[in-house]
Amino acid sequence: MKFLERLVDKMEPNFEKGGKYEKWFPLFDGFATFLFTPKHTTKKGVHIRDAVDLKRTMNTVIQALIPCLLFGIWNTGFQHYSALGLLEEFGFLDQVLFGAIKVLPIVIVSYAVGLGVEFGFCIAKGHPIEEGFLVSGMLIPLIVPADTPLWMVAVATIFAVVFVKEVFGGTGMNILNPALTARAFLYFAYPKQLSGDKAWVNTELPDGYVQTESGKVLNELGQAVGQFDAMAGATQLSRFNASIGIYKEQGIDAGIAALDGAHSLLDSFLGLIPGSIGETSVVAILIGAGLLLHTGVASWKIMASGIFGAVFMTIIFNTAGMNPYMTVGPLEHLTAGGFMFGIVFMATDPVSAAQTEVGKVIYGFFIGLMTIMIRVFNPAYPEGIMLAILFMNVMSPLIDHYVVQGNIKDRLQRAKLHSLTH
Amino acid sequence: MSTTKESLFSKKNMKLIKDPLNDSNPVSIQVLGICSALAITIMLENAFVMSMSVLFVLIAANVVVSSIRNLIPDKIRIIVQLVIVATLVITVDLVLKAFVYEVSKQLSVFVGLIITNCIIMGRLEAFALANKPGPAFLDAIGNAFGYTWILLVVGFIREIFGSGSIWGVKIVPDSLLIENGGFYEHNGLMLLSPIALFLVASIIWVQRSKNRKLIEAN
Repeated sequence: MKFLERLVDKMEPNFEKGGKYEKWFPLFDGFATFLFTPKHTTKKGVHIRDAVDLKRTMNTVIQALIPCLLFGIWNTGFQHYSALGLLEEFGFLDQVLFGAIKVLPIVIVSYAVGLGVEFGFCIAKGHPIEEGFLVSGMLIPLIVPADTPLWMVAVATIFAVVFVKEVFGGTGMNILNPALTARAFLYFAYPKQLSGDKAWVNTELPDGYVQTESGKVLNELGQAVGQFDAMAGATQLSRFNASIGIYKEQGIDAGIAALDGAHSLLDSFLGLIPGSIGETSVVAILIGAGLLLHTGVASWKIMASGIFGAVFMTIIFNTAGMNPYMTVGPLEHLTAGGFMFGIVFMATDPVSAAQTEVGKVIYGFFIGLMTIMIRVFNPAYPEGIMLAILFMNVMSPLIDHYVVQGNIKDRLQRAKLHSLTH
Repeated sequence: MSTTKESLFSKKNMKLIKDPLNDSNPVSIQVLGICSALAITIMLENAFVMSMSVLFVLIAANVVVSSIRNLIPDKIRIIVQLVIVATLVITVDLVLKAFVYEVSKQLSVFVGLIITNCIIMGRLEAFALANKPGPAFLDAIGNAFGYTWILLVVGFIREIFGSGSIWGVKIVPDSLLIENGGFYEHNGLMLLSPIALFLVASIIWVQRSKNRKLIEAN
């Protein structure tokens, strides 16, 4: 520690005004304050002393994401081997190893590219480096399929950081959630890699293994050890969605029967289903949510009203029951796809969400409502949470505006009444 | 008025051509004609044909309106301008259908919509009505090329990243695609209109960071 401190102190003059590397000061400053508490203090004005700063807040969110990341790593391997029917051949450690090989490079690329772009902008503009990307960089890997090519992750990250963050003024100024923007970019730019039943589970055979025409998987010795499961790649939502096609061809009974092909509620809750890396396990997400709520980093109002909105819409659909998808229950909807992940980690992004307390409730409610609506009505977008959050991100300043105006009106009214009665 | 006849290519007149190419570009600075810039820039060829159509209509309309500017009653000038522009646009439409039918089919309604292209009405109102045909001609050329280069840049980027080709000629070999065992994939977002907004925005960004005078104070 002492050594590092001395090193930083020795290097500092080089980076200050007039120094050799003046231009790189933001970079130096970023690392120095990352390692040590900054020495400068507020010089004037009233200010509040608080242990919570941007860095701590960001750190809390990253810690909250760790259960999702770890579960995601294991689940990637688990889904891979279970699709090939090789769970008995490859145990827990193999599954984790496979998942780590798939997931960690995505995490590294997302951080390296995103921070690179941020540092570049900071140096060009002479701004201090902010920690804003630390969370986005972790969120991006968790909301893409494990098989996403790394260069696509890089392109999407660059797009998201440049177009929703830096052009609006960097950390704290973005109008949309950067991680979701990256996801939306991938979704629209590379639909073949990011959607459909092939995208979610890696079905490459391990070295030496071969697959016969009937789908049997043979090991090096030619013994049939596994059975390829063609349905394995279908996510919960695409299974729900499939029921609409069957309903249109074979009638309502067949459609409702097709819903039996979906994963069980328990699997869906635990997360033993295919999906984006971090989104599948509701258990892992709830652990993260607990941490966020306990520390007060995320707003419980957004989460609660979001879940309420989703349940509300589901109940309306259940009552209407016009096609099999509309009969899917609230719990099934809540545990499927990325809803929980989105409402806990994405919708609560303090920058792009509504700021007023009443606004938060409205904002969350419509996210939940629209998610279910998009899922059921629009088969082209199997998962609605991404578009719902992005849409409400855009709407949140408007919501805040009307909440504030309403409040002003109320108080004027009260003042008037007050002056009348006295 | 000065008695010496001003040459058509005087410094002042050349400014009429140069300015719209850069500091008063109709698309990136005045933000006109965005609609067509979004709709028809998927392929470079479409963008080029569209630009040439606008070039023709704008030059002809500017010159015609400018030469009869003293005859047009002020109250009905918009109608008169519209009749002239509409005539020209229909001519262009028929020519495109006759000679480049495929492109004309892809441009679909957007050729007809040149009538409502703000750049054309804007130049007629702002310039042709108050100037002689000579300068009006130069002004039309300047603005049409200002429009053209933006469309071509956007069209070029969208075509090479969206379909891997330039002017319909394949640049990215099919063997690189993921479905053929490669690693590359065309960017589907480039085929959707919204990306043109991002590209035009990026051009605006570059222009304004080069010439800080363009940044509005707020």
